[in-house]
Amino acid sequence: MNNKLLGSGRILILLAIFISFAVTGCKTGTKQDANSSDAEEEFDSSLDENTQKKFQTAKRIFYSLPSPVETARILKQAGATYHEDILNPIDNSSGYITNLSMALNLGIYTTDLSYASLFDQTQVTLNYIEVAKKMADGLNIMDAISESTIQRLEDNINNRSIIIDIISETLLNSSSYLSEKGLESTATIILVGGWVEGLYIATSLVGDDPIKDNDIVQRIVDQKLSVDFMVSLLEEATDDPDAQSVLNDVKDLKVIFDKIKITQGENTVETDPETNVTTLKSSSSNNLTKKVYYELASKVNEIRNSYTL
Amino acid sequence: MMRKGILLIFLVAFITGIPTSVNAQCKQFAKKTCKVGLNPYQHDGNYHAALLIEGEEAELYKTFYSDTEYRIGVCGAGNLNAIEFKIVDSNGKVLYNNKYQDYDWKWDFRLESSQQLKIVIKVPVSEDTMENPEEGCVAIMFGFQDE
Repeated sequence: MNNKLLGSGRILILLAIFISFAVTGCKTGTKQDANSSDAEEEFDSSLDENTQKKFQTAKRIFYSLPSPVETARILKQAGATYHEDILNPIDNSSGYITNLSMALNLGIYTTDLSYASLFDQTQVTLNYIEVAKKMADGLNIMDAISESTIQRLEDNINNRSIIIDIISETLLNSSSYLSEKGLESTATIILVGGWVEGLYIATSLVGDDPIKDNDIVQRIVDQKLSVDFMVSLLEEATDDPDAQSVLNDVKDLKVIFDKIKITQGENTVETDPETNVTTLKSSSSNNLTKKVYYELASKVNEIRNSYTL
Repeated sequence: MMRKGILLIFLVAFITGIPTSVNAQCKQFAKKTCKVGLNPYQHDGNYHAALLIEGEEAELYKTFYSDTEYRIGVCGAGNLNAIEFKIVDSNGKVLYNNKYQDYDWKWDFRLESSQQLKIVIKVPVSEDTMENPEEGCVAIMFGFQDE
C-alpha cells in the first residue's frame, strides 16, 4: 500500500516538474552579456537578503525575430520596388507536404503577402492569403487564418493599414497557438522561412546595382544583427530534426555574415517633450565588400530555392 | 482498484490540461489587452508572453531598425504590480528605465542606426504576497510606424 502511494507520489512529482516546464514555455538561462552587467544598473530591491534569495530564479531569455510584416516594411522603406516575378509562385504550394516545407513556406508566403500588400497588389494579396491559409491548415494551426479572416481581408482590400493589421493578426494567431502547444520550434522555422524570403527579395532587387550607399544593401547588412538570435532559438530545439536542418542553413549564412564587421557608435538619448518620442542618436558603419555581398546573395539564393522548389 | 485508476487518469488529464488553459488565458491577455494598447502603432505579429512569478526577471533581445518609430509595450496581468522594465544597448548602457516614468507600460522611440537592444523586465514583489507570491501573465509587444 505504502509502495503504491509512493508510486503515485512519484508520478505527481514528475507531473509537477513537467507542468512547471510546460507552463513557462520559454528558454531559461543565466545572464548572457557579462560585459554589460558592469555598466548596467541592477533593479532596485528593498527586500532583505533572505527574501531576495527566496525569489531568485533563473532569468528567462527570449529572442524576438523579425516578422514577415516587419521585413517587408523595412524593404519598402529602403526604396524597394514591386516585382511579382520574384515571389514564390502559388502553384508550388501543392508540393509542400512535409511539416518542414509547410512551416518554411508559411513564412515565405506571408512575407510575399506582406510585400504585395504594401504595394497595394490586391489580387496577389488575396491569392497569397489563400495559399498561406493552406500552409497553416496543413500544419493544423487552428484558426490562424479563418474564413472570416479572408472575408475581412476582401472587405477591406483597398485599406492597406487594415490589411497589414490582418496579416499581423494571423502571425500572432499562429505563433501563440504553436507556443500554447509547446511547438515553439515550428514558430521559429516559420519566421526563419519569412526572413530568408526577405533576404531573397532584397538581394533580387539589388541585382547588379552598386552596393555602396545602397539602402536595400544596408537593410541586408542589418540582418547580421538577428542571425545569432536564430541560431540560439534553433539550437534550443535539439529534439526537433526539422529545426536542426534549418539551423545548418542559418549557420551557413552566419559564416558569411560574420565576415561583415558592424561598428556601432555610442547612443545618446533625446526625448521630444511634445511627442514624448525618444530618439537614440548614434551612427554605425560596416566593412561589407563586393565579394562578401555576392557570396551572401548566392547562399541566400541557394537556400531559398531549396525551400521553395 | 479500477476506480483508483480512473481517478488517476482524470487527475493526470486535469493537471496536464492546466498549461494549455493557462497559456490560452495568457494568449487572450496579450491579444485583448496589450496589443490593443499599441495603437496607432502597427503590431509586428510576434508573440512574447509567459507566466512570471513576483520577483522573477526576464530578458528579451531584438533587432530594431533605423528610420522606424517603435512602441515597446510591457503588460502585466491585473493581479501583478506594475512591471518594471528597462532598455539596454549592446554596450550595457541603460537607455530607458520606466521606474523614472511612473512605471509607464510603454516606451516610444526611434533609432538613427539599426541595433540590437535588450529589454529587461522584472515583476516587482509585493509585501502583501511575500509568503505566497502571485503569478501572472506578462506580455512584451512591439509596434512600429514609418517616420
